[in-house]
Amino acid sequence: MTNRTDIQLTINGKQVSGTNGQTILALAQEHGIDIPNLCNDPRLIPSGSCRLCVVEVDGQKAPVTACTFQIAPGMVVHTDTEEILALRKTILELLFSEHRGVCTTCDENGNCLLQKYGYEYQIDDTAFALPESNDPIENYTTGNEAMVYNSDKCIRCGRCIRICQEVQMDSALTFKERAAQVEVSTAFDMPLNDTTCELCGQCISTCPTGALYERSAKGRGQCKDFKRTRTTCGYCGVGCQIDLNVNSKNEIVRVTSPVGVIPNDGNLCVKGRFGMDFVGSDKRLTAPLIKRNGKFEKASWDEALDTIAKKLGEIKATHGPDSIGGLSSAKCTNEENYVFQKMIRTAIGTNNVDHCARLCHASTVAGLARAFGSGAMTNSIDEIRRAGCIFIIGSNTTEAHPVIGLAVKDAVVNNGAKLIVADPRTIDIVRFAELHMAQQPGTDVALINAMMHVILTENLADMEFIKKRCENFEAMEAIVKDFTPEMAEDVTTVSADAIRQAARIYATATSSSIIYSMGITQHTTGTDNVLSLANLAMLTGNVGKESTGVNPLRGQNNVQGACDLGALPNVYPGYQSVEDEKIHEKFEKAWGAKLSNKMGLTVVEMMHAVEEGKLKGLYLMGENPALSDPNLNRTRKSLEDIEFLAVQDIFLTETAEYADVVLPTMCFAEKDGTFTNTERRVQRVRKAIDGPGKSRDDWQIVCDLATRLGFPMKYNNASEILDEIASLSPIYGGISFERINDVGLSWPCPDKNHPGTKYLHKDQFKRGLGKFHPVEFKPPVEKADKTFPFLLSTGRQLYQFHTGTMTRKSPVINQVSPTGYVEIHNEDAERLGIVNGQKVSVATRRGIVTTQARVTTDIGKGWLFMPFHFSEGPANMLTIDALDPIAKIPEYKVCAANICSM
Amino acid sequence: MNKQTEDCLDLESLGKILASRENIESADLSPILQEIQLSYGYLPKEILLELNRRTGIPSSQIYGVATFYEQFHLEPHGKHTVRCCRGTACHVKGGRGIIQAVQRVLGIDEGETTDDMQFTFETVACLGTCFLAPVIMIDNDYYGNMTSGKVKGLLERYK
Repeated sequence: MTNRTDIQLTINGKQVSGTNGQTILALAQEHGIDIPNLCNDPRLIPSGSCRLCVVEVDGQKAPVTACTFQIAPGMVVHTDTEEILALRKTILELLFSEHRGVCTTCDENGNCLLQKYGYEYQIDDTAFALPESNDPIENYTTGNEAMVYNSDKCIRCGRCIRICQEVQMDSALTFKERAAQVEVSTAFDMPLNDTTCELCGQCISTCPTGALYERSAKGRGQCKDFKRTRTTCGYCGVGCQIDLNVNSKNEIVRVTSPVGVIPNDGNLCVKGRFGMDFVGSDKRLTAPLIKRNGKFEKASWDEALDTIAKKLGEIKATHGPDSIGGLSSAKCTNEENYVFQKMIRTAIGTNNVDHCARLCHASTVAGLARAFGSGAMTNSIDEIRRAGCIFIIGSNTTEAHPVIGLAVKDAVVNNGAKLIVADPRTIDIVRFAELHMAQQPGTDVALINAMMHVILTENLADMEFIKKRCENFEAMEAIVKDFTPEMAEDVTTVSADAIRQAARIYATATSSSIIYSMGITQHTTGTDNVLSLANLAMLTGNVGKESTGVNPLRGQNNVQGACDLGALPNVYPGYQSVEDEKIHEKFEKAWGAKLSNKMGLTVVEMMHAVEEGKLKGLYLMGENPALSDPNLNRTRKSLEDIEFLAVQDIFLTETAEYADVVLPTMCFAEKDGTFTNTERRVQRVRKAIDGPGKSRDDWQIVCDLATRLGFPMKYNNASEILDEIASLSPIYGGISFERINDVGLSWPCPDKNHPGTKYLHKDQFKRGLGKFHPVEFKPPVEKADKTFPFLLSTGRQLYQFHTGTMTRKSPVINQVSPTGYVEIHNEDAERLGIVNGQKVSVATRRGIVTTQARVTTDIGKGWLFMPFHFSEGPANMLTIDALDPIAKIPEYKVCAANICSM
Repeated sequence: MNKQTEDCLDLESLGKILASRENIESADLSPILQEIQLSYGYLPKEILLELNRRTGIPSSQIYGVATFYEQFHLEPHGKHTVRCCRGTACHVKGGRGIIQAVQRVLGIDEGETTDDMQFTFETVACLGTCFLAPVIMIDNDYYGNMTSGKVKGLLERYK
């Protein structure tokens, strides 16, 4: 709010004060004065359409709607006079006059505002009663797996239409017809999935009655009977707070989220709202499995754990501890990751522990640590809303991090931010951009260097910031001094003018925030790309301030936490180096074990070490390298060849198929702990239902195994583990279950009284001075040639998550995203005689897969794009396992390929 | 106008309608839709979807406006619109007979269009000219004191 002057007024005889621009309704709610309302949602522009919030204001001729009427000094408001109460009662009875259906059989019973106020005002619901309709309901949701719209229960408040337009900005819904015929519909009554709808389900969440409801939830329990458990969504790194609504049969029926929660303010995406079917799937593992004669047989926990302990013990005795590796999981809790790396480092005695962050943001961790001293998102999600300029490069924000996408759209549409998008594809967020630069994949350094060239030659750099806060500026300057936008145009194909314009917008805005993701990191030059972005931010003084920064969006729900907790081969929890003598000593003492001070192997290196006979045993917690790693043929051969493989997971994944022993674990909805989201916020995960069969908590399994390996580990609960983490990892020093019960805390949080850190590097960089790095452009490893004339990029889409293990169990998601595809430009397709939807084969030097063509102009000529979620036609059969020399991240984003019709 | 199939509608007229305007927003929809209807005879879905592509105005909003106003037609409409009054005065003076006569002569029911695309038949709650009851309106012309016998001859004049 721009003007926070206090305004004094009277409500129901009580003196209260509010702020300029506040409505009577908002102020009343702040002071606990209840004014009934149906069409109001704090996320939406008030419409005053339901009229139920009418109040009397002295001096006004007629009652006014409290949701639209702004407060003024000296105003006298009455919210519950007899006349007002009678008026509201009549309004409710009129609403009921168009309402068909009874609470007895309504799913929304217990959560319906119409029911609530009807009871409170003791209305006569027969006054204008209509008979219940027997007509079959045919509308835009007919046949849609996600939701059902029932116009008989609709009060035409328009909340669903407004949230689709104002918050989601998809505008899929509208009112059609007029007067008594008004209904909610889509354009031309098209089926929902044929419209701009993204299936976020925000419309259901804001509906005050049972008119909009999840189709799969119908008949599975009424709202009044659900047990609701607040927890953190288990999909992406945004860390949305959700309520799991559980019925009496231990089933998750609905996922809801209340308005006002941090960081998502009640907003969810399709995965969070409709992607929970996997939890109750009958394909869940329910008992330990041991492979005998090539076939899995059910076993007892003792049998399974004894087998693992025996085999790993033998391998360690024969080949040494470094012949064993462990892959921890960005899907598991902080506590589980902590216990896992502790087990590998103590009970096994090696630093061979890593996880899939290696494949997504290893270059972020390496690059930002070198430049700033801390490898994490510098600023918070909420700050994006108030940035003057947002520069998105290599992040398909609205698809991979949809709720952060909402913050970007809000910044642009409602707060006037200027958005620059640099992405080879015309991704969805481009429609909000001031400028779209479609650079050739793998040419980011050239693009950024040229932007810095412009900033320097046009004197737009923040020299004071550079002088005071940074070092090594001259070395960087020497590189970019001669690198003109024209030279960059040759490499990137982005026009020099556009590069100049982008540089000016970024450098001159009040505050500029860089958002990036895997388009930057998944290159052999991933670390270089990250360093370049750090250079750009420091050059303009856009670090260490509100709404600025270099903000990597983390992919997995707890990839930040898994890194924080030391599931990495070079650091203990809290990014404390295993090679630092003092740190090494501290952990040996705390854990009571002899530890290795030799850096361990990374994910892809482990797979390669199997080929060399150096790695004999692998212990895997909730990872799926048989689909997620590059060059799958090679990865799968390693998984097959390894002497012993143990996997703990919730499903028999593509990887688990290769295992000698498989252990059933619990998913996020079945356990307690914490996740750390992309903005470094540590948030609670709470058990909502019981796990299936004999499944157990990951940390308990790991402790039992460690104990069997001769290193006893025992905790009573996850809270105890977090306390141990706090005692050893200074950035988590002040974090405990108790402190984050209501709202999470962002690290660094060094002590019990520390409020957490909204943005990093405020007065000083973590490493002291911010360090510029001279970075020269290097092309990707593979180039297009005669045999492989296309370049292939891989990535994500809105509806699926990672290897699809979870999302592909959802009928809602399967309806819109049934299988994989390859995107190809119209002209390329025409030249090759490929039509939309046609079966094609895509080949690279490493493999060949069959998929279907999606012909589009959203991709550049000469390029192909494949999402990697699908096990049929897996994109990673094609990707290259060439690594960034520093971060060891594979180049998923560029390889040479060919495509032909079948 | 000949009945065109939607996929061979020419986009030229739409182009002309939009060319005369700048920075088109949702608020400009009504006059644009009126011009489209004038040009195409009704509001073809394909043209409205193209309007969405060219202006960025969500097609849901276009549909909302198009269905809100009685004057807009999303289905092909006859060259002439025949409106019979169902108001009280007309009813008392035999309006029902007029309606039946129109149905008989044109061979269509209320809301329908003749196969030759000449006439669309609608009824209206009141045409506001009760002193002329029973009344019938063809395009913009009123015909009062109607009898069922006059209907055929009247319609002939429009063929």
